[in-house]
Amino acid sequence: MSDTLTVSDPKPSPAAPAAPARRSPWPGLAAAVPGLVVFGLSVTVLAGSGWPQIVAVAAGLGASYWGLNALGRARFGASFDLMFWLCVVWLVALVAAAIAAPLLPMSEHQDIVQTLNSPGMAVPDLSTAHPLGTNNFGLDLLGRIVYGARSSLVVSLAAVLIGMIVGGAIGIAAGYFRRATDATVGVLTNALLAVPPLILLIALGTVLEPNLRNISIALSLLALPSMIRMARANTLAFVQREFVLAAQALGASKWRIMLRELAPNVALPLASYGMVMVSVLIVAEASLSFLGLGIQPPAPSWGNMIAEGQDNNAFSEHPHIVLVPGVTLFLTVFAFNLIGEKARKRWDPRQAKL
Amino acid sequence: MEQSTREQGPVLSVEDLRTEIRTERGTVRAVDGVSFTVGRGEMFGIVGESGSGKSVLGRTIMGLYSTGPTMTVTGKAVLDGRDVHALPAAERRKLWGTGVGMVFQDPTTALNPVKKVGRHLTESLRKHGGLSRAAARAKAEELLALVGIPEPRRRLDQYPHELSGGMRQRVVIAMALAGEPSLLIADEPTTALDVTVQKQILDLLARLQSELGTAIILISHNLAVVAGRADRVAVMYAGRMAELAPAGALFAGPRHPYTEALLASVPQLGDPPHTTLQAIDGTPPDIAALPPGCRFAPRCRYARDDCRAELPVLTGAGGHTFACHHPVTTGGA
Repeated sequence: MSDTLTVSDPKPSPAAPAAPARRSPWPGLAAAVPGLVVFGLSVTVLAGSGWPQIVAVAAGLGASYWGLNALGRARFGASFDLMFWLCVVWLVALVAAAIAAPLLPMSEHQDIVQTLNSPGMAVPDLSTAHPLGTNNFGLDLLGRIVYGARSSLVVSLAAVLIGMIVGGAIGIAAGYFRRATDATVGVLTNALLAVPPLILLIALGTVLEPNLRNISIALSLLALPSMIRMARANTLAFVQREFVLAAQALGASKWRIMLRELAPNVALPLASYGMVMVSVLIVAEASLSFLGLGIQPPAPSWGNMIAEGQDNNAFSEHPHIVLVPGVTLFLTVFAFNLIGEKARKRWDPRQAKL
Repeated sequence: MEQSTREQGPVLSVEDLRTEIRTERGTVRAVDGVSFTVGRGEMFGIVGESGSGKSVLGRTIMGLYSTGPTMTVTGKAVLDGRDVHALPAAERRKLWGTGVGMVFQDPTTALNPVKKVGRHLTESLRKHGGLSRAAARAKAEELLALVGIPEPRRRLDQYPHELSGGMRQRVVIAMALAGEPSLLIADEPTTALDVTVQKQILDLLARLQSELGTAIILISHNLAVVAGRADRVAVMYAGRMAELAPAGALFAGPRHPYTEALLASVPQLGDPPHTTLQAIDGTPPDIAALPPGCRFAPRCRYARDDCRAELPVLTGAGGHTFACHHPVTTGGA
């Protein structure tokens, strides 16, 4: 069968309908549309019905994923990766919502006084004013998720940026100067790696006031050692190349070589690793907030939202209190990981040709 | 300009240059007492097999080595009247790029993959020449045209991976020429290239030598590369100069047995089929543990007792010098 696929026939004759060089979009469409309909019903009509809802959500998502993937392949070719694009869409939507949060028509997310009339512990139902439900104070979970995304993303992105810049600079210096610099940096990096990350964060959390800046700085300490190692290893590889010697032979100073020749080369692998690191730090920030050391309630953060499930059997009676922030956290971390992994493969220095 | 006062003497004079590298297996004398001069606009060839110290010599002349506990350099390399090794680091950096340029072996690694061709050239033009952005770009275009790159304006905005190997080597040469150096050190500039491209690059170097009057030190392990183009040729063996002579005299009548053996091992197109390839017996010496006498003695078929006991020094007349106690006399000279 495969040998008939070599040349694409724009007009498949009715005698050989089963040799599509370009697949028909209809099966994909046939699965995607009902799948989306089932999913839509499951979160509106079936909201709060327990097992039937769970089954409907799973079936709807499964069918629409398969259908959309088939549709995408029919439209864009076999290399179409729906999962990647779903991750991109998710992250873009999340970032856009976080940026535009004050402009979005969402119910109150923080001020308990304004939610006295709202139902508490409302179940997620897309057809109501509280699409993702409310917590025990009647605060809107969608609003809390979006505002929580602000702090989660700001903190983890800032921490990764600090880690990349500081760690990259230290790593490049260590890889370029070698000798004493390298040895000192190596000892410090290993010391930092030897401290269990969560213990370090808790220790810092008890000393520092928990605001966005301090949490970012504390989290950047987690990103630092691996960034230093990555930058150093890449620098060692690039320093061997003759363009460094060539720059030197043209009279470039050490600073110039590190800044202009090495840094741009090292930045690429660091950036793709940073994508993966963001997801680690989002989880770390959530852990801190879960423990009450990060963002302080009533200001929302995914971690302290999950922690709300601890009180009064909230999780067993109202699972959505934990599931909504939990699933959001899962999807975000998953998306960052998948995209980061793809970026890393693409820019891996070991695979780079030149 | 004080340039004019320096125009008189040789562009480079090297006196008793020694480079010692300390390794775990002992001290390696990569360059061991080498002296020579390169005149203005001269093409000076250095040949030798792998590990003979050619590349280290090239880098030592420039002062391009990592100073430190593992490496010491003694002797003098006077470039344009200034002793490279006595200059403070900042002065030496100024010299690199303006006084002397270097062309590297492998053009795939000699260009920064994330920098456009234009920036490779304009950076040093702006730094050393103090040119404005636009002027540097115009000069860069001129340089690319000079080294024979078609459509230079378009090439400025390309990345190195978009160019072929020969093109990249031309860019590397253009970079070395950007500061209008009086000496160009070409360290195996054709080794990584196709044979046809090799000829183009060598022709380019010869053209630059005659057009710009730039002296060129052409370092190669390939006798054929040096043969037709160099004015004078030095043969290196185990860190020392075995023979130094005008190219014609050297190839017509080698005096050092090593040179003779080297020339004999080049296959000739005129040889009848199935001629046994002449090879030099033995292997190059371990330069961490050299024999006490002449370094070539263990492989030399003329070697006698004094060769194994005493290190020969460069002697000879009429510009043809050789370091041998019992020089070959066949073939005249």
